[in-house]
Amino acid sequence: MTKVLEVSDLRTTFTTPEGEVKAVGGVEFTINQGEVLGVVGESGSGKSQIFMSIMGLLARNGHAKGSVKFKGDEILGLDVKALNKVRGVRMSMIFQDPMTSLNPYLSVRRQMTEVLVLHKGMSESEAAKNAVEMLERVQIPEAKQRLNMYPHEFSGGMRQRVMIAMALLCGPELLIADEPTTALDVTVQAQILELLVGLQRDVGMAIALITHDLGVIARLADRVMVMYAGNIVEKGSVRDLFKDPQHPYTEGLLESMPRLNETEATRLQTIGGQPPNLQNLPSGCSFRDRCRYAFERCVTERPLLTAFAEGRSKACHLPSL
Amino acid sequence: MADVTLQPGAGIVEVKGRSLWADARHRFMKNKAAVAGLVILVLVAIACFGAPYLGLRSQDDINWDMIQSPPDFAQGYFFGTDSNGRDVFVRTLYGGQVSLTVGIVSTLVSLVIGTIYGATAGFLGGRTDGAMMRVVDMLYSIPFIFFVILLTVFFGRNFVLIYVAIGAVNWLDMARIVRGQTLSIKRKEYIEAAHASGVSNWRIITRHIIPNCLGPVVVYMTLTVPVVILTESFISFLGMGVQEPQSSWGTLVAEGADNLEIAPWQVFGPGAVLAVTLLALNFVGDGLRDALDPKDR
Repeated sequence: MTKVLEVSDLRTTFTTPEGEVKAVGGVEFTINQGEVLGVVGESGSGKSQIFMSIMGLLARNGHAKGSVKFKGDEILGLDVKALNKVRGVRMSMIFQDPMTSLNPYLSVRRQMTEVLVLHKGMSESEAAKNAVEMLERVQIPEAKQRLNMYPHEFSGGMRQRVMIAMALLCGPELLIADEPTTALDVTVQAQILELLVGLQRDVGMAIALITHDLGVIARLADRVMVMYAGNIVEKGSVRDLFKDPQHPYTEGLLESMPRLNETEATRLQTIGGQPPNLQNLPSGCSFRDRCRYAFERCVTERPLLTAFAEGRSKACHLPSL
Repeated sequence: MADVTLQPGAGIVEVKGRSLWADARHRFMKNKAAVAGLVILVLVAIACFGAPYLGLRSQDDINWDMIQSPPDFAQGYFFGTDSNGRDVFVRTLYGGQVSLTVGIVSTLVSLVIGTIYGATAGFLGGRTDGAMMRVVDMLYSIPFIFFVILLTVFFGRNFVLIYVAIGAVNWLDMARIVRGQTLSIKRKEYIEAAHASGVSNWRIITRHIIPNCLGPVVVYMTLTVPVVILTESFISFLGMGVQEPQSSWGTLVAEGADNLEIAPWQVFGPGAVLAVTLLALNFVGDGLRDALDPKDR
C-alpha cells in the first residue's frame, strides 16, 4: 500500500505571553491510499492542530517541527507559494462550521471556479461546468441554477455539501475533514457521512477524519488514532479498538458513550477530572491523574507509543487492561 | 379541484441567486428618506454640472443696474445678486461643481488608498501592521491647516492642492476602518478555507477581504463627502481655496457672511443649497447603514 501521508515526530508549539504551549508533542502516523483514518480526542487534545500544522494554517504564534511527507515529498515548512501547489490541489480540507466557511459576498459559482481557474488553468466556463458536475455528485438538486446562488440561500447541510464539492474539485489524494458534521443536526449528519463514504469509495482518496464523535468514527473510519494532551495514546483498527480498548483513556471514552440498549436506568459513565494544562504537563503519563489504574511508574516515567499486537499500539505502562 | 394535473417540475420555481448587495438595494429602496435624499442629490448634481447648458447667465456676468439687489423672480435672479451685480443663483450652481467634485474625488481617492493600505496592514498583521499603522499615526499628528499652508507656500495657489490636501488626510480614517474590519474578517473560516485551497495572499485580500469590508466603507464614504465639502468650504473661507471668478459653496457663504446685515439673501441662497445637500447625503448614508447592517444578514 502506498502511503499518502507520512508524519514523524511532529511537534507544534504556541508561544503565548504565559509561556510555551505544547499543542502537539511528537506524533507519528501514516495514512495509506484509499484509507479513512479517524482522529478522536476531546477539545484541546491537539487533533485539529496536527492537521493545521500540515496544511500550514497555524496561527501566527504557532510553530511546527518534525517531518510531514506527502507522497514522499517533505511539505512541512514550505513557503506559501510552494505549499499552494499542494493544498487545494492534491490535499484539501473541509471545516467544522459550514455556516461561516463560505464567503457571504461571493456566489457559489465564483468560489468554486476560483480553485479550478487557479490550479488547473481552466477557463471560467469550463470551470463552471466542472463545478456543476461536482455539485450534482454531492447530490445538490438543480445544481445548475444553484451555482449562481449565494451562500445565505443554502441550508447548513447544503453548505457543507458545497464545501465538500469545493474540496473535491481538483481531485485531491487526501481529504482532511475537520469535524465535518459537528455543526449539523443529526439527520443531516447522517446524510453527509453517507455522502463521504460514497465519494471515498468512488474516488479512492484517503480521508483524515477529525472528530470527537465516536459514532462517526465507527461508521466511517478504517483505523483510529486516539489523542490525549497532544499525544497519541492508542492506535489501531476500528474493530479492534472498539471491541477491546487497551488504553484507559480509550476505555473511558467508550464507556462515556450513551447507549440505547441499556435496560436499567444506569448513570452515564464519565472520565473524572480535567485534561492537563498543556503549558505545564505533569511528569510521567499525562493521563495519570484521571486514570483509575495509575501506579508509581506512571508518575516517574512517560509511557511511549509502542506496538503490542499486529497493527496496534498504545502509550501505557500496563501490559493489558 | 380534481382535474388539476400536476406537471413534473411544476413546483420548482426558477432559482436565481440574490446577492447580499441586491438584498441591501432592496432594503435601501424601501427607506423613503434615503431615496428622497438620493433624488435630491441627483437633482443638485444635474443642476450644478448642467448649469452651462441651461441657458442661464454666466457666473461672471455683471449687471450694473442690479448691485446687491434682493431676489427678483421676474428677471430670473432667484437668489438675488452679490456686491458686484452677479447672479448668486448661477454662482451657487457653478460653485456646486467645485464643491461636489472636491467631495467626490477626494473621497474616492481616500477610499482607494485607505482600503488597499488598511486591508494590507490588517491582513499581514504583526510587525508590518504595526509599522504601517504607526505611519498613519504620524501623518495624523500633522496639523491639517499647517499642511495646507505648507502646500500653498511650495506650490502656489492651485486647485489640485485641495484634492491632495483633503485626500491625504481622509485616507487615514479609511485605512483605520478597513484595517479593523480586516482583522475581524481574516480569522473567519472562509478565509482559512481559501488558504487551505491554495489561494494566494493578494487574491485573498482582493477577492475575499475587501468585498467583505465594503459595507461599512460605503457608509463611511457617504458620511465623508459632507465632511470634505465642509473642509473645502473652510479652506476657501480662509482664502486658500478656489480663486475668483471661480467659486465654491464655501467662498459664497463667506462672501455672503460679510454682507449679512445689508444683503442677507447672499448667504441664504448658497447656504440653503449647501445645507440641503449635506442633509441629503446624511440621509443616504443613514439609509445605506440600515441596508448594509451586518445584523440583518
